[in-house]
Amino acid sequence: MDTQRITKSSARHRRYAGAALLTVGALALTACAGGGGDDASTGARGEITIWYSNNESEVAWGKQMVEAWNAENPDEQVTAQEIPAGDSSEEVIGAAITAGNAPCLIYNTAPAAVGQFEKQGGLVNLSDFEDGASFIEERSGATAEQYQNADGDYFQMPWKSNPVVIFYNKDLFAEAGLDPENPKLSTFDEFLETSRTLVEAGVAPNAILPAPTSEFYQSLFDFYPMYAAQSGGTGLLEDGEATFANEDGYAVADFWATMYAEGLSAKEAYQGDSFAEGVAAMASVGPWAVSVYDDVNWGSVPVPTADGIPAEETYTFSDAKNVGLYTACENKETAWDVLKFSTGEEQDGQLLELTGQMPLRTDLQGTYPEYFEANPAYKAFGDQASRTVEVPAGPNTVQMLQTFRDAWSPAVIFGDGDVQDALDEAAVEITDLSAQQ
Amino acid sequence: MSLTNAVPAPSGSAPPSPPPASGTARGPKKRPLLGRNPLGIMFSAPYLVFVMLVFAYPLVYSIWIAFHDFFFTAPGVQVERPFVGLENFVTAFSDPAVIRSFGNVGIFLLINVPLTVVLSLLLATALNKATRARTFLRVSYYVPYVTASVAVVAVWIFLFNGNGLVNQVLGPLAPDPSWLINSTWAMPTIAFFVTWKQLGFYILLYLAALQGVPKELYESASTDGAGAVRSFFSVTVPGVRPATVLVLLVSTVTGANLFTEPYLLTNGGGPNGASASPVLLMYQLGLQQGQPDVASAIGVVLVVLVLGVALLQNRFAGGRD
Repeated sequence: MDTQRITKSSARHRRYAGAALLTVGALALTACAGGGGDDASTGARGEITIWYSNNESEVAWGKQMVEAWNAENPDEQVTAQEIPAGDSSEEVIGAAITAGNAPCLIYNTAPAAVGQFEKQGGLVNLSDFEDGASFIEERSGATAEQYQNADGDYFQMPWKSNPVVIFYNKDLFAEAGLDPENPKLSTFDEFLETSRTLVEAGVAPNAILPAPTSEFYQSLFDFYPMYAAQSGGTGLLEDGEATFANEDGYAVADFWATMYAEGLSAKEAYQGDSFAEGVAAMASVGPWAVSVYDDVNWGSVPVPTADGIPAEETYTFSDAKNVGLYTACENKETAWDVLKFSTGEEQDGQLLELTGQMPLRTDLQGTYPEYFEANPAYKAFGDQASRTVEVPAGPNTVQMLQTFRDAWSPAVIFGDGDVQDALDEAAVEITDLSAQQ
Repeated sequence: MSLTNAVPAPSGSAPPSPPPASGTARGPKKRPLLGRNPLGIMFSAPYLVFVMLVFAYPLVYSIWIAFHDFFFTAPGVQVERPFVGLENFVTAFSDPAVIRSFGNVGIFLLINVPLTVVLSLLLATALNKATRARTFLRVSYYVPYVTASVAVVAVWIFLFNGNGLVNQVLGPLAPDPSWLINSTWAMPTIAFFVTWKQLGFYILLYLAALQGVPKELYESASTDGAGAVRSFFSVTVPGVRPATVLVLLVSTVTGANLFTEPYLLTNGGGPNGASASPVLLMYQLGLQQGQPDVASAIGVVLVVLVLGVALLQNRFAGGRD
């Protein structure tokens, strides 16, 4: 009897203890939710930490930039490291913001993620610095506007772009009986005809093979460059409305649907570099590809459009990576100075020299004429860099891009459903998401 | 030895205790602060702390998040996190992709769990009786389990892609589109992959359980004229029932948390979400799209469903054990 009472009492005691624990936990959580306050104010000077990308050429650029800064600023030393390994830089940065241990500057901040980082309170408003907006606008000109938030503020420094063009394998083109010096790739019809010739000749199993997978960013390398070109430089959103549910968007989507339906592009992802390995005769790439495809006899052309547009008028997707100044930084004045130093004319020249990527600054070819003279392969990219389109700003950018991809995959890649209906429905959803910002 | 012995038992024969300092009468004897076995609590405390920190706290936190308008912020950032009731649940389950992901994982469990139980029991029984190359066979089954999914997935992609070995063997019988980009076959292919990969672990569980089945039972069954099949169903299967319940529970829980395989094998739950799992969507929504509140709502529903399935399994497969 006593034992029973003790057992019951003990069980009740445990239940109360459990309930109390849950209550305390919930209260703790509620307390956590209140948070403190950090207004991203500027001010202090001293040592700072920065992260840069982990690819070899950018590491080389980062190291020489830090050395140059540290040599001149013994009291404001910079410590640099590669972005910690993770599934993507954006997830690592997002986690670092939440944990409060983000560095002062990250030289690999994707514009698509900037809206979310801003919403998290992780980014400093660069426009708050006295010369913030003016420095950015003098350096990048009208292009800078694409990187403002809805209030016209800069939470990112436009840094460099990788304007997307079409690379083609000259040897495979010649093998298929095509003119490798003047390939017919200007219009959608020409591109399709050339693709048919390549595949029928058996020189490559695919004419071009963009990743047919579900990740939100994949449409930035198949649909978006061609849509930017076809529409004359229109972004995914304009005045809060999705723009692509029109003849331009339909034309691009129909083009890709034909590529997949005719087996000119595989519906299955290739586990490797399809262009380097000759699995595809063409690829949509940025200037980073020049050094990567050293062993391929390649040529480049602008992305195609329905009627063909002269190269000097063709727009494309920028594939930019920018610099963010993060609120966890204690010495924000130093960080801002380092940011200006690293995006000045000299360091931009180093970036061009060491990585081949295009600094987002006006008159690129006029500023670095010797470089483009010595590296003619980059001329097309240098010219193209002045006509690029960016992803929409705001905290829901990734959600919008995922919505687009989810509509694109079944209709365009797998031929399941009407292409125009898919774009129309995606446009409605994306406009809704834009309104929620 | 026991610390509880040091506490004097209340007894009428005991000399009267001096009144407490407060002057009030002493009430019923209080239990020691750390119970009758404080040493046991001390030994189990580290694990309890671990469970509280790594399991209980995040679970409670995610439930809280699911009922609030929540997004991750930098420390010290002050934002409103209003209570939104079931709004996050409505948002999540208004999305056909979320409903479909639960259906997908249902298909996965229907294939994976029975296949795991049957194959691991059969193979464990066979291994238990094997006299030659026993260690080699055990290691062979266990190797896929300890190998990183990332490495093993590459092999399966090589086997099951359009030009892969499986399609070459099947020839005209190969599905079109191929396995991993086929809406019908993507999820079953993942289920077969996971079954194969995890099998070694469950075989070990059954092997351990088989050591506890008395040999006399097999001898008695044999004396009564039972053959190998009859002995298997009448002696082995009931004899390893506790292990079967464990295998059912573990394979269900791990299966419901499916993430790596659709992420890697079908490139993010493709084709068209045919192999997307709830956890994959939670990752996309919570970490990529900045909607941890909606992701938590999916997680809460997933936990409740898995608990329900586990209870049913325990009820019907566990018997009176």
